Amino acid sequence: MRKIFLLVLTFLVTCSLVGPAVAKKPYFFPYVNPYEATVMEVPAVYEAKLPEKVPTKVFRIHPFPERKTPDVFWYDQGLECSLVYQKDEAPLIFIIAGTGARYNSPKMIHMQKAFYQAGYHVISISSPTYSSFVINASKSMLPGYLYDDAEDLYRAMGLALDKVKSKIKVTDFYLTGYSLGGIQSAYVSLLDETEKKFNFKRVLLVNPPASLYNSVSRLDKLLDGNIPGGIKNLNVWYQDLLKSFSSLYAEMGYFDLSGDFIYKAYKRRPPREDFLASLVGLSFALSSADMMFTADVMRGGGYITQKNVKMNNSTSLTPYMMVGIRTGFTDYFHEYFYPYFHAKDPDLTEQQLIDQLSLNHIEKYLRSSKKIGLLHNQDDIIMEPGEVDYLHGVFGDRAQIYPTGGHCGNMNHPDVVRFMVNFFDGQEG
Amino acid sequence: MTESIRVKIVLLITVLTILLLSGCSTIPKQTADTQPPLRQFDEVVQIEDGAKGEVQVSDPLEGFNRGVYRFNYYFDKFIFLPIVNVYTFIMPDYAEDRVSNFIDNIYEFTNFTNNLLQLKFKETGITLARFAINTTVGVAGLWDPATSMNIRRQPEDFGQTLGHYGVGNGPYLVLPVLGPSNLRDTTGLVADMVAFNYAYSQVENGWMEDNDIKLIFSAVTAVDKRKRQPFRYHGTGSPFEYDLVRTLYTSMRQVQVEH
Repeated sequence: MRKIFLLVLTFLVTCSLVGPAVAKKPYFFPYVNPYEATVMEVPAVYEAKLPEKVPTKVFRIHPFPERKTPDVFWYDQGLECSLVYQKDEAPLIFIIAGTGARYNSPKMIHMQKAFYQAGYHVISISSPTYSSFVINASKSMLPGYLYDDAEDLYRAMGLALDKVKSKIKVTDFYLTGYSLGGIQSAYVSLLDETEKKFNFKRVLLVNPPASLYNSVSRLDKLLDGNIPGGIKNLNVWYQDLLKSFSSLYAEMGYFDLSGDFIYKAYKRRPPREDFLASLVGLSFALSSADMMFTADVMRGGGYITQKNVKMNNSTSLTPYMMVGIRTGFTDYFHEYFYPYFHAKDPDLTEQQLIDQLSLNHIEKYLRSSKKIGLLHNQDDIIMEPGEVDYLHGVFGDRAQIYPTGGHCGNMNHPDVVRFMVNFFDGQEG
Repeated sequence: MTESIRVKIVLLITVLTILLLSGCSTIPKQTADTQPPLRQFDEVVQIEDGAKGEVQVSDPLEGFNRGVYRFNYYFDKFIFLPIVNVYTFIMPDYAEDRVSNFIDNIYEFTNFTNNLLQLKFKETGITLARFAINTTVGVAGLWDPATSMNIRRQPEDFGQTLGHYGVGNGPYLVLPVLGPSNLRDTTGLVADMVAFNYAYSQVENGWMEDNDIKLIFSAVTAVDKRKRQPFRYHGTGSPFEYDLVRTLYTSMRQVQVEH
């Protein structure tokens, strides 16, 4: 009898030990091609279950209240941020959006919900490349220099916290950001080591570029390199895009932009990779056009807008937009960004500036600071070959690398969401 | 409450006045110190002769349109969206969905006439079947069992019908309150409205005969429509939002007409 009892006990113990490991399914992402992963929405079954509505307060901050907003940005009334709040005392996490994205972009909303569900307050900050951030919160009004961006973000985060302090009770501070917001998180964390306003307990970089210049070079090539005949055929390419939407509509009998619809359409007729790549390129080109136009107007013009002109709410901006779309991040770097820093420091070479805009530049800090973690995808399209492995080496066991997912395509995958939440809770993924 | 409404109306009138007083020039004002930019349009943008750029749409009234766009931003912010918010606050989500379905079902009339006018008999039949199913099984259209049966809506309007028979867009127009349109689609909108009102006034003992109910129905339709449209003026934060919306509206209509 005792033997049987022991046997049963052993069996139960083994089960409980083996159980979770067996139950845990291996990571699976429906799009294997990184461009597909980056662009296409996933069907609902591959998305984490998140609350539909979370208690949110949107508010504005004015880091430079004496600054006058030019008439052409008449609709801008300060930098909008959001707070997602818990009723009780809770840790607070700051999230920084990716290139050109605002505090309430779809990826940001997903993150807000995931962290709310896990018991955090969440303050969301738009990207320093986002137009309203340049107008209101950037000191130099020339985004892209990581030390300056970090100072601007830090200032904005402090003001945002001041605005909502009376509403919430906070235990500790955490920080994360995706894409450009990921690399900026690292620099904000570094700044916090000396400023000590937040004393972040943990910081997670999600799909950050290793080198800004390398990544923007890749993104610039996506548009020009994948449109047949180059960017001068953008209008022809766009008309083709509309035609394929039309025929998809005709084939499916209905049309929407849900993940389920897109996956169904994809199963019928997978889009060509060059097409998807150009779509990613166009999306970045639109963001860069916004950023460059805003920075240029704020700084008095001369790059894509005339110096000393007056624009107002009825001024046609279409020509500037078309120039902006055709001006890559790398053009911005060589023609506008570098000259600014070169004027301040005549000894600075382009290569030195390029080297500064990287995680490599603060590698020592990243290696030694145990609170910083990395989440990345092996097939991220913004990374040069070897860069993900390099970051893996820097972060060691603080890195979680998924084999697929493209650039931020899997951020809402249940496994990835679980990893993010567990990282901040101090558990292993 | 009434006080704040009054403030808003005064504000609105002020905005409108400013709008009318301000000129509509679309070219930036130059001064003696104006200098050309490093990257000039003529050098950077190369397009084949006669072709239109990817974001260029015929928009001779651009200055006026941008003004109306601005008006809509304020109208949304101070009048329309607050009303929508009151509506969604009072109504349970479930009831809101019933209202949406009810309105959609009534407006199947527009889909029916325009599918028929385009001689799309299959789609006309589907629309008729939807109306029959949703009016009966769906209890006067409060529910939409047809869609669950994979009998999907076949949206067509008179703007699309005109497009189907080769009528071009005409100049782009931003309509007050209603938003992006063009001459063809505005004509279509008016035609659909006239046809709808005429048809429902012919229904004997129809509830549309009562002017009060008609008014309430129109108001609820407007609020419901705005509620279901997630677009917010200057919600993208892009300085080129006007251009983006103009391009996307035109493209969307092109796809719809071709369908």
